[in-house]
Amino acid sequence: MENRIIDQQLDLLRDKLLLLGGSTEKALQRAMQSLTQRDSDLARKVLEEDKIINQMELEIDRLSIEILALQQPAAHDLRFVISVAKITPILERIADHASNIADAAIIINDEPQLKSYIDLPAMANNAAEMLRTALDAFTTEDSALSREIIKQDKEIDARYKRVFDELIEIMIDNPAHTASAAQLLFVAKHLERIGDYVKDICELNVYLREAAFIKHSKKI
Amino acid sequence: MPSKISISHLNFYYGKVQALYDITLEIPERQVVAFIGPSGCGKSTFLRTLNRMNDTIPIAKVDGMVLIDGKDIYAPNTDVVALRRKVGMVFQKSNPFPKSIFENVAYGIRINRMYENKADLADRVEKALRDSALWEEVKDRLSTSAFGLSGGQQQRLCIARALAVQPEVILMDEPASALDPIATQKIEELVVELKRQYTIVIVTHNMQQAGRVSDRTAFFMLGKLVEYNATQKMFTNPEEKLTEDYITGRFG
Repeated sequence: MENRIIDQQLDLLRDKLLLLGGSTEKALQRAMQSLTQRDSDLARKVLEEDKIINQMELEIDRLSIEILALQQPAAHDLRFVISVAKITPILERIADHASNIADAAIIINDEPQLKSYIDLPAMANNAAEMLRTALDAFTTEDSALSREIIKQDKEIDARYKRVFDELIEIMIDNPAHTASAAQLLFVAKHLERIGDYVKDICELNVYLREAAFIKHSKKI
Repeated sequence: MPSKISISHLNFYYGKVQALYDITLEIPERQVVAFIGPSGCGKSTFLRTLNRMNDTIPIAKVDGMVLIDGKDIYAPNTDVVALRRKVGMVFQKSNPFPKSIFENVAYGIRINRMYENKADLADRVEKALRDSALWEEVKDRLSTSAFGLSGGQQQRLCIARALAVQPEVILMDEPASALDPIATQKIEELVVELKRQYTIVIVTHNMQQAGRVSDRTAFFMLGKLVEYNATQKMFTNPEEKLTEDYITGRFG
């Protein structure tokens, strides 16, 4: 049977997930832009649009449950629905981190600028690129690519460590900048967490494709 | 888990038409094994080779080996009546005898002379009815006709009848396909309960039923065994593409 009833719903579920992924990418990119370009209006836009992302999450939850209940998927279909249902809250949390970065931007933008935000833009680029590639890999069910992306998380972690050290140094040298530096530390931490979340998405893509659980295992 | 039934290189023919091809499979003791596959794939034929029910078909011919507890059931000296006592069967359509509820269950015990006196017979009937989860529903109407029972109750009565002669293996050919969801659930709960004591082989068209009740699942197509695996594996990550296509309804 070429056109199964379930196919239509699985396609819809995939589309909704990719839309959520796109919105999450956009939120992250705008949040960083609001920080680096000191654009608080843009930051407020990120916060506003987070509500839409929350709605998208609920919609995917609803559809996933409906497919499980009414279509009773098995094998690859089942793994697909499970993966989508698990990736959705991860994307929503990434968007929450983007909102938190936007919150920080609104505070920092009122203070004098600290250096050129050190390694943060590069870290954000890494995270955004990882997220984009992870979603591409999910679309094409390319688990080899997912495994590659997982390895990249180490780069973000390394950058986070450098940013952390540098910001602590700034706080010690210039106590007047402590508040801003602390906010930037939060931003760095959010980006580091986003890297972890992207890794989770990649692990779920490996599950989808290979039915293998690689989470919590040293072997990638 | 030791094998209760061991089938090797089994071929089955209806006259010149081959219905089963070189089936080799082990059925572990006190587990539930489900047979799935499209209509006409040979799963019921295969089920019936396990207690020689196909013997009643004159043109049927079997080669290969079926060992139950290590004994070849197709050996010339096999006592087929004893075999069918040991390997009971429940069919798709419940088929109670036109007798009372009590007599339906007592029948096998009587003809096999498996009781000492009337009280013993009554005890054995009660035990079979309890084991088939029917006792509470029928204990006050044992002498009434079995035809007064609902479809689901009649099917459990047939299970009680099979259990009464103390089998070791129970073959079930789509036992719940004609029942409503509640009666189906009762049969499924019963299957899961019965596997503590019996080895059960169940043919079903209901994928979710196979998933719910069985430990292992065998998928047949065109008389061949395509895949035989742990049920959990079959329904989450089957090894064969044909299995995946079948259980996800992709069959064309």
